[in-house]
Amino acid sequence: MILVRRTMLAATALAVLLLGARPAAAVDLTMYYPVAVGGPVTKIIDDMVSRFEKENADIKVTAVYAGNYTDTMTKAMTAMKGGQPPQLSVLLSTDVFTLMDENAIVPMDGLVTDKSWFKEFYPAFMANGQIDGKTWSIPFQRSTIVLYWNKDAFKEAALDPEKAPATWDEMAKMAKKLVKKDASGNTTRWGVEIPTTGYAYWMLQALAIENGQKLMNEPGNEVYLTAPKTVGALDYWVDLSRKHNVMPTGTIDWATLRTDFLEGKTAMMWHTTGNLTAVKDAAKFNFGVAMLPAKERRGSPTGGGNFYIFKSASPEQQKAAVKFIQWMTAPERAAEWSMKTGYVAVSPAAYQTPAMEAYAKGFPAATVARDQLEHAVPELSVHENGRIYKFVGDAVQAAVTGAQKPQEALAAAQQQADRVLRAYK
Amino acid sequence: MSDQLVMSSVARQARSHAWWNAVNAWLLLLPAAVLLLAFTHYPILATIRHSFFITRRNGTEAFVCLDSYHSMAADPIFWRALANNFWFALGTIPTSIALALLMAIWVNRNMRGRGFLRLAYFTPTVLPMIAVANIWLFFYTPDYGLLDQLRGLFGFGGWNWLGDPSTVMGCLIVMVIWKEAGFFMIFYLAALQQLSPDLEEAAAVEGASRWYTFRRITFPLLMPTTLFVAINAVINSFKLVDHLVIMTKGGPNNASTLLLYYIYEVAFTFQDSAYAATLTVVLLVLLSTVALIKFGYLDRRIHYQ
Repeated sequence: MILVRRTMLAATALAVLLLGARPAAAVDLTMYYPVAVGGPVTKIIDDMVSRFEKENADIKVTAVYAGNYTDTMTKAMTAMKGGQPPQLSVLLSTDVFTLMDENAIVPMDGLVTDKSWFKEFYPAFMANGQIDGKTWSIPFQRSTIVLYWNKDAFKEAALDPEKAPATWDEMAKMAKKLVKKDASGNTTRWGVEIPTTGYAYWMLQALAIENGQKLMNEPGNEVYLTAPKTVGALDYWVDLSRKHNVMPTGTIDWATLRTDFLEGKTAMMWHTTGNLTAVKDAAKFNFGVAMLPAKERRGSPTGGGNFYIFKSASPEQQKAAVKFIQWMTAPERAAEWSMKTGYVAVSPAAYQTPAMEAYAKGFPAATVARDQLEHAVPELSVHENGRIYKFVGDAVQAAVTGAQKPQEALAAAQQQADRVLRAYK
Repeated sequence: MSDQLVMSSVARQARSHAWWNAVNAWLLLLPAAVLLLAFTHYPILATIRHSFFITRRNGTEAFVCLDSYHSMAADPIFWRALANNFWFALGTIPTSIALALLMAIWVNRNMRGRGFLRLAYFTPTVLPMIAVANIWLFFYTPDYGLLDQLRGLFGFGGWNWLGDPSTVMGCLIVMVIWKEAGFFMIFYLAALQQLSPDLEEAAAVEGASRWYTFRRITFPLLMPTTLFVAINAVINSFKLVDHLVIMTKGGPNNASTLLLYYIYEVAFTFQDSAYAATLTVVLLVLLSTVALIKFGYLDRRIHYQ
């Protein structure tokens, strides 16, 4: 009798436990994401994820910070080959060819019922992820390169603090006036800095676009590094340090450049708009944000990260991942993300939310990167992206450190790139 | 008859005893042997095999014989990494060993604050690699880094230490010496304390100078330690990778790329495990050569107590 009652009790307890545990055990998602800018980005992500979980009790998302873009891609690919891939990741929008080549990702087309969703985003951001009529990724932390300038330094150098340089010549001339030296002739403030580590290919691409040259073809199996206008772009970059003496020689670090600007070590910097809020929160001087100066035209590559869904995820997980991505990129969240970081909100609707409208009114710099989209070009994206980025980065570094002339350095990079890309023709 | 019986039973007993001993010995060795086979010998063989294949994008393998070795011979970054590694080893090994010996002799004497000094010398070793890299990153930061602040006191301008191909290697070498010397000091200190004081007293009675005593008695007796430390230093100079990830990423323009960092990049950033295997074989050959020189040549020429 007692035994029967005990068994019943245990069974009931077990049933309660199982029923109670059900919602939590529904769908688990792991997401890797990178941080390439300043500010408390991991905190912002964690906060958004926990709000999503509260609204969707049947989905659990583990967001894993995995380093910069390269590190995150490395982690995702290594995890995949080790048999434990994440279900979704934020990776460079340009990693799409590599991810397709590795058979790692699944297109979104089959996962959504209403394809009009794809049309909500800026076409410039969708361009990178749409290949062969399929949509492989959804824009999230997208950017363009913008020019940050220190208005106080401009005033001090007797320049109009409200007017950023509009052309290459103007930038070189203004930069010359902005250089400050101490009594013993050492430079205490540079005119302009363009980073040469981390994403040197991105900066070179911006200069090449402005010079009227694109860097790659659409199928992603050719690069144009020895085109005269690409060489001209690198020439100008190197001249800033070696001829005009307005930029330091040697490499300029991507990660510390923001600090250099905030410390007043440089009066202007070229950097991702993703840094905007971090600069705004920390600057002890007035600063402005402008589109990059023009040579033949204005221009910047788009940049930043997209959401990808991995092929190995179960159908339920893929469905849940889409739900999560839709939540994260909805206009209100896109606006919030843009305000908290500086990244370009991914849809026009985000800029029409009351919160974003009010923010942009008080802080017009917040919309510069978006306005620049009109002049933007898709970021350098080819097969074997990791290798090609290294070749281009090495060439840029060889040129700015004076080890090679821009022409020679780019010729070497082109030769190596041709060798690697031959397999994809 | 009965004698013979006794004899054979003793022999049998001894034989079974020897057999049992052998089984016992193998059983005792088994865990270590399994671990070695699984995590050292098998990966080495698999790597060598893998270096003759390429992995296609669809995951299948194809035998390419020595193709990977040919493309390696034509790869300028590989040669750059190898040359860098050579200079890096030459820059770090002798200096860190000499410094370690000097520090050990210094803190082996009876003096005030000896414990504190030993601790201070050893501190760099106990710090995590990434912390070390970040500390030195701050030292080398142009303009407001510690080094440039010191230079500023004397009226010099900022210098882009890690961003200039002519200084980046020197900067890494100094940092690694700082880190390694304290570690090697511990071995020398232990060895010095093993030395019998009689020898030194005898030398003093004979009127030998301190330098002569060191050169003819102390240093030769420390040779086993020197050898051990030197082997470790060589291996470490090929093992450096963490600091590069934090500080330079091998740049500018590969000026600070070392072999292992390049292997990491090829394997995980470019996802080309076949070529990474080829590069690993080179590293393997280099390190095995060091081991062979140690066991085959140096060990025989060194006096062990």
